[in-house]
Amino acid sequence: MTSMMPADTVRCDACPVLCYIKRGQAGACDRYANHEGQLVRVDPHILLDRAVSEGQPLVPFLESGHEWDGKLMRGAETFVTAIGAGTTYPDYKPAPFIISSEVEGVDMVTVVTEGIFSYCGVKLKIDTDRHLGPERNLVRAQGEPVGHVTTGEYGSQMLSLGGVHHLTGGTKSEGRVTCETLLNLCNGKEVELTIDDGAKVIVAAGKPPIVNGQREERMRVGCGSATIGMFAKQWFGKVDDVVVVDDHITGVLSEHQAGKLLGVPDTGIRIKGRRSTPGRYFQVAQPGMGWGGTDIEDPLTILRAFKPGVAWPKLRLLMVSTTGEQYAYFELDEKLQPVEKDLPAVLRESVARIKENCEPALTTVLFMGGAGGSLRAGVTENPVRLTRSVGLNLTRVTCGGAPVYVWPGGGITFMVDVTRIPANAFGYVPTPALVAPIEFTLRKEDYGSLGGHMDYVRPLSSLKISSQQRQMPSRPENPWPLKPTSTGGTQQ
Amino acid sequence: MRDPAIIRLLPDGLRLHLHDGPIDLIIGADGEAGEVGKAYEAAARRFVTILDELCEELPLLRAAAGIGAKRLRGVVAQRMAAAVMPYAEHCFITPMAAVAGAVAEEVLGAMISAAVLSRAYVNNGGDIALHLAPGESFRIGMVERPDRASLFGSATIEAWQPVRGIATSGWRGRSFSLGIADAVTILADRAAMADAAATIVANAVDLPGHAGITRVAACEIAPDNDLGQRLVTRDVGKLTGEETKQGLTSGTGVALELLSQGLIHAAALHLQGCTRVVARGNEFAASMPLEVAEFVRSAVHA
Repeated sequence: MTSMMPADTVRCDACPVLCYIKRGQAGACDRYANHEGQLVRVDPHILLDRAVSEGQPLVPFLESGHEWDGKLMRGAETFVTAIGAGTTYPDYKPAPFIISSEVEGVDMVTVVTEGIFSYCGVKLKIDTDRHLGPERNLVRAQGEPVGHVTTGEYGSQMLSLGGVHHLTGGTKSEGRVTCETLLNLCNGKEVELTIDDGAKVIVAAGKPPIVNGQREERMRVGCGSATIGMFAKQWFGKVDDVVVVDDHITGVLSEHQAGKLLGVPDTGIRIKGRRSTPGRYFQVAQPGMGWGGTDIEDPLTILRAFKPGVAWPKLRLLMVSTTGEQYAYFELDEKLQPVEKDLPAVLRESVARIKENCEPALTTVLFMGGAGGSLRAGVTENPVRLTRSVGLNLTRVTCGGAPVYVWPGGGITFMVDVTRIPANAFGYVPTPALVAPIEFTLRKEDYGSLGGHMDYVRPLSSLKISSQQRQMPSRPENPWPLKPTSTGGTQQ
Repeated sequence: MRDPAIIRLLPDGLRLHLHDGPIDLIIGADGEAGEVGKAYEAAARRFVTILDELCEELPLLRAAAGIGAKRLRGVVAQRMAAAVMPYAEHCFITPMAAVAGAVAEEVLGAMISAAVLSRAYVNNGGDIALHLAPGESFRIGMVERPDRASLFGSATIEAWQPVRGIATSGWRGRSFSLGIADAVTILADRAAMADAAATIVANAVDLPGHAGITRVAACEIAPDNDLGQRLVTRDVGKLTGEETKQGLTSGTGVALELLSQGLIHAAALHLQGCTRVVARGNEFAASMPLEVAEFVRSAVHA
């Protein structure tokens, strides 16, 4: 596909239409365009705008394409993010934007800066049942080690990429490739990774992973045996036997413990493959793109002849995959041969329910960085007080307006879901290190008492929306960053 | 990175704005206190998955009408395919010609099954699905050119009339047109039907081979457009009065045909300052354009 695309055409991934956009043209939405071969939605400095009415996921913002009408930004409904704000590194100067606004009668200050993170990385959760590689093995990008395989989780494999040792502890090339890999992942772009003695994966935040060339569409509802367990009761009485085809463990209702408990009689069904425990079979076929992650297209190929004397003519058999995407219904003829028939209405619902219970398989990317260093000097003259204030939850940390999880303990090490941050919020410096937005919001009085740069605080209304700034709607899934902090746990 | 859908009230606090990728809906509803909120919530809930549903079947939706229509699974996709089906044997058209109307219908459907509303509309970039409880009516303004908001006429749609869909197409609009009409507005039973018919009639307003018309292969502008190599109108030079008449006449011919088949209830065709209206009897014609250079009323059936 890519090779067929002319060099001056870009593919927009802002929405699932995935428009091909020629140079100088806009996509179907008129919001994203190809500017000299680059996909753009010019987002120089992003201001998040919040809904007027509390509690509703409604967000007022300037209509795109409309000129700024000359009015100043409304106070507390606008939150200045650090995206594109720049930084005053090496940080002994006050941060570029220290903004005051009144929220619910409380004077709040937001210190806005872009942090240069030498200590940072990403944690990937890849929804797949495939074996990506042994735990602790190296993960490589462009041949360079950029991270390692860590724990296997329920339906997902975790990778840990980046970190200071790959960024600055290895060769120059290792550092450069690690930085580029992290940057692309944080900005939602696709990255190809190979795992030593394991798989090749193509991953992007919020998108299905591609493992060895196969796109993972859905997480299965469970293995074949688990599917029998979950749905046995819904099948009971409506069909005589059910085979849930799965590359891992194929389940058979009449032999499975769940079927036995319900009193499902033997059907004389015989499955190819290796029987594990009753009603659970391994290796019924080869792995592939067919039914339930196997290579089969015709489910009958995993059955042997029904046992005469046990099976009976007109016996009803449902075969279904672990995602419900494939299914077939059979009845035995007089010679006990299965004959395919239309799926009866009474079974349709259970098949649909399997499908409904399969969540989309995704790769999720959490950025993790340490803001506990010299960056703090841009916020306050007494850095440790900022750390303490964050620890006490008096200061809220956000990343491009998105909520972060601040790890308990010393320093300000936080994690954030990159898909909750506006597009292309991350940058890099050749150090190599990542540049990420970070905002600290706290009460004005608290800011003064922790040694804040009070002389540099300016009201929000002093920022005019210009070509250098861009207003965009806040994301309904993110809590409003300016809401005064109450006491209690970390904002999540 | 997938931008999330936008769900918000417009600054007037009354209308709902839903936006996802290329879909942009403005929604209004009238009803008892509480009902409108319920309807808006239902609209938003239904809306958020529509783009993904459509994109899953995009290749089939971009293929000529009739191809693979039976394999389409999404309700919106099926509605799109059904709306263009009547034209499949006569010309090239794809289900995409009805996408805006079909989406509007779907969201309206979710609203009226969730709440009791006296009136409601879902406006998808000029393709509008309507709901009218008995006795209610809507007044519809028509613009001469989609890029200039000046009304050239209006129509009143009453609950007793069968019209529940309105659509406008023209070469200046967001979608490509094979014809030269500045705007063709169609009133039909449903929005998806109106959308497909507006495309067909706007394509028919044409002066083939005219030197003053600039046409470019659709794929030159948008590589993945459903029209492929077909030439789409990019500019129309000044036409003489005679040429305008000729262009409109080929369009009204098609509109009359659609009217006689019951596919539409009325059409208003606009080309360089001239308007023609084709409508069944006087039902709509009476309230249609006000000050127009040329005015033709065609009574097909009483």
